[in-house]
Amino acid sequence: MFKFILKRILEAIPTMLILITVSFFLMRFAPGSPFSSERTLPPQVMANINAKYGLDKPVFDQYTTYLTNVLQGDLGPSFKYKDFTVNELVVSALPVSAKIGALAFIFAVVFGVSVGTLAALRQNSWLDYAVMSTAMLGIVMPSFVLAPVLIYIFSIGLGWFPAGGWLDGSLQYMVLPVLGMAMMYVATFARITRGSMIEVLNSNFIRTARAKGLSYSYIVVKHALKPAMLPVISYMGPAFVGIITGSVVIETIFGLPGIGKLFVNAAFNRDYSLVMGVTILIGFLFILFNAIVDILLAYVDPKIRY
Amino acid sequence: MQFKRSLLSTALLATTLIGASFAAQAAVVPEGVKLAAKQELVRGNGTEVASLDPHKTEGVPESHVIRDLLEGLVNQDADGKTIPGVAESWTTADNKTFTFNLRKDAKWSNGDPVTAHDFVYSFQRAVDPNTASPYSWYLEMTTMQNASDIIAGKKDKSTLGVKAVDDYTFEVSLESAVPYFVMMMGHTTVKPVHKATVEKFGDKWTKPENFVGNGAFVVNNWVVNERIELVPNTQYWDNANTVLTKVTFLPIENQVAEMNRFLSGEIDITNELPNEHFRRLQKEHPESLAIKGNLCTYYYNFNTHKAPFDDVRVRKAISYAIDRDIVANAILGQGQKPAYFLTPEIVAGFSPELPAYGKLSQKERIAKAKQLLEEAGYNKANPLKFTLLYNTSENHKKIAVAIGSMWKKSLGVEVVLENQEWKTYLETKKQGDFEAARAGWCGDYNEASTFTSLMEGKNTTGGIHYKSAAYDKLVKDAVETTDDAQREKLYYAQEQLLADDMPLAPIYQYVTARLLNPAVGGYAENNAEDKLYSKDMYIIQK
Repeated sequence: MFKFILKRILEAIPTMLILITVSFFLMRFAPGSPFSSERTLPPQVMANINAKYGLDKPVFDQYTTYLTNVLQGDLGPSFKYKDFTVNELVVSALPVSAKIGALAFIFAVVFGVSVGTLAALRQNSWLDYAVMSTAMLGIVMPSFVLAPVLIYIFSIGLGWFPAGGWLDGSLQYMVLPVLGMAMMYVATFARITRGSMIEVLNSNFIRTARAKGLSYSYIVVKHALKPAMLPVISYMGPAFVGIITGSVVIETIFGLPGIGKLFVNAAFNRDYSLVMGVTILIGFLFILFNAIVDILLAYVDPKIRY
Repeated sequence: MQFKRSLLSTALLATTLIGASFAAQAAVVPEGVKLAAKQELVRGNGTEVASLDPHKTEGVPESHVIRDLLEGLVNQDADGKTIPGVAESWTTADNKTFTFNLRKDAKWSNGDPVTAHDFVYSFQRAVDPNTASPYSWYLEMTTMQNASDIIAGKKDKSTLGVKAVDDYTFEVSLESAVPYFVMMMGHTTVKPVHKATVEKFGDKWTKPENFVGNGAFVVNNWVVNERIELVPNTQYWDNANTVLTKVTFLPIENQVAEMNRFLSGEIDITNELPNEHFRRLQKEHPESLAIKGNLCTYYYNFNTHKAPFDDVRVRKAISYAIDRDIVANAILGQGQKPAYFLTPEIVAGFSPELPAYGKLSQKERIAKAKQLLEEAGYNKANPLKFTLLYNTSENHKKIAVAIGSMWKKSLGVEVVLENQEWKTYLETKKQGDFEAARAGWCGDYNEASTFTSLMEGKNTTGGIHYKSAAYDKLVKDAVETTDDAQREKLYYAQEQLLADDMPLAPIYQYVTARLLNPAVGGYAENNAEDKLYSKDMYIIQK
């Protein structure tokens, strides 16, 4: 297992390097500059700004300087938010996205797996149909539709929760964004769990267990749940990254100061250093969570060994 | 609980050689108005601010916050009139040398007095190429001595035409007479900054823990992309008359999200409102709609250096065929007015007669347009084709589609609509790689020159695609004349020339339409530049 983890880390290094290089140059080739505005700046002012941010040097020099700084943990100054460095912005935004994302993820997994299992155990009953049609609704309804509906009902209508904002992460501010983000994944997890559970319950080893006279609930918890979780775990990696990146929509609708919002604004503003900083962060998280999923799978599935 | 609040204890009158007299401002709570116990105001502010340093910003959202944090030489009252700020009074004999007498009780939030030296430092900092202010050209426009050369790096910043005669007398020397100079001093770029704080903290001086300002409020909390919270500056000279105890600015770009938060009671003043919800809001929440004229013009810019718009007949035909009444009243319908001039009608001291084409009926304009296009060699067999560029937005699209079909229907013109995301659009325009493009311009101060200078040949936004020696001469003459009536005539002549050359087609005059909590008192509903000072506002008990 240790060898496996080491291998994943070594693999991650060239991946990150390619990611940084490609995004660095792609960003530079995007039309427009961080400092273009309605009124074109006087040449001398433009020259001074370029000098200040090192944009007067050849692109390759900028690239090597950037890489050196990143290795020292310095993501540079933000080109747009002139009073902040990229490190400061990322440090303040990450906990917001992480908190919302983690809560939405936990909610999606726990709730999705529970109702999925329940539906599988009562296959073809009214409960099964009710759960699965609700799940279908959850899957087809994107968060940019669901979130405004939640706001309309719970904020404007009932006045239970605020329609947006963060306020240092107080509970009432998190309920709607977490729900808005989690619903689609609850539904997907429920469907995956149900399908997988039904398949496992029909397999030979379960029949053997029942023939031995074990109680049904014991069989479900002890024998069926673990193998039924394999497709669920495989889906966790992409789901987690989806929740982190999908937060763009939720963060915009609810006005949350998270990574997603930072990323979108940075791209529109051509804030080179901020785009790079967030790209590196998301790339890193992507690699990290896929590795965690692989390790989890190896632990759960006896057929996988590294 | 009832607060009793007198009018400003010392109603301050300043009579100057300019001949104007002013009353100082503050939150003036009318008699009989009961104030709410909780005096906290939440304002929607569009995008996240790029900075809170007045010398590093260029946008409207930044100005809204900085106006509460820093006080310049002059302020504006609810109607947009220039009134004393740090300067109690001012004098000038020739509109070239201005002497500002500063109030002696003005203080920075750390207790330091605000002196003429602070203004000398700040103005020099604004033009210093090392500051790299995106709005340094603003000081160039005032014709302040040596400003151009300093920005261009040819002279040292110490040569700027500013002087502290003594601690409380600040003198500015201009290269040419600018009669509206005092009005220009209300801008964000000419706000003072605290030298010691800026020098000590560098780029980080605006952080809540470092901030020192001389405005009615100070920064208390700043979460990027979420909120900026201000609390009263207890050192502010008129703090006794500040009613609000907290002001929060929320950066919400999504208009629907902002509206939702207003409707759920979380915002008192929105930045905008979504056009597609306007009629519903008008029906369901008429008491919360606040609409006022805005110093902005929406127009289509022609690239006069490129076919087909190098032909004035084509430009005129295309401009004439736009039914501005339909755009202003049917498509927008919030009170926008059709525009036949670049300068909006609400600009102070600007009340010209409509140009000839503006007086015609739409039917007559179309007939004229057909004739012009025919003369230019376009007809059914050889229809005019061009691309209209606009920056991505639902509203711009709606207008472009409507105008495109007007052109098609009345002139048989085939127009391709192309939308580009903002920065790409700016780059395309800068490269001159367009035929016709949507644009808008808002005044930096309430005077016609802030609009007419847009089409000056050296202006890289508008005039660069026009370049008319005759026009440039009229602009220069208007700056140089000392006679107000003559100047107004020259502005009119400029607009007349624009109507003759048609380098742009003015379409409509903007309004500021927003949702306003009826409990907010002191909202400046007639301030065309939308200069809202939180210190003038208060919350009324419901």
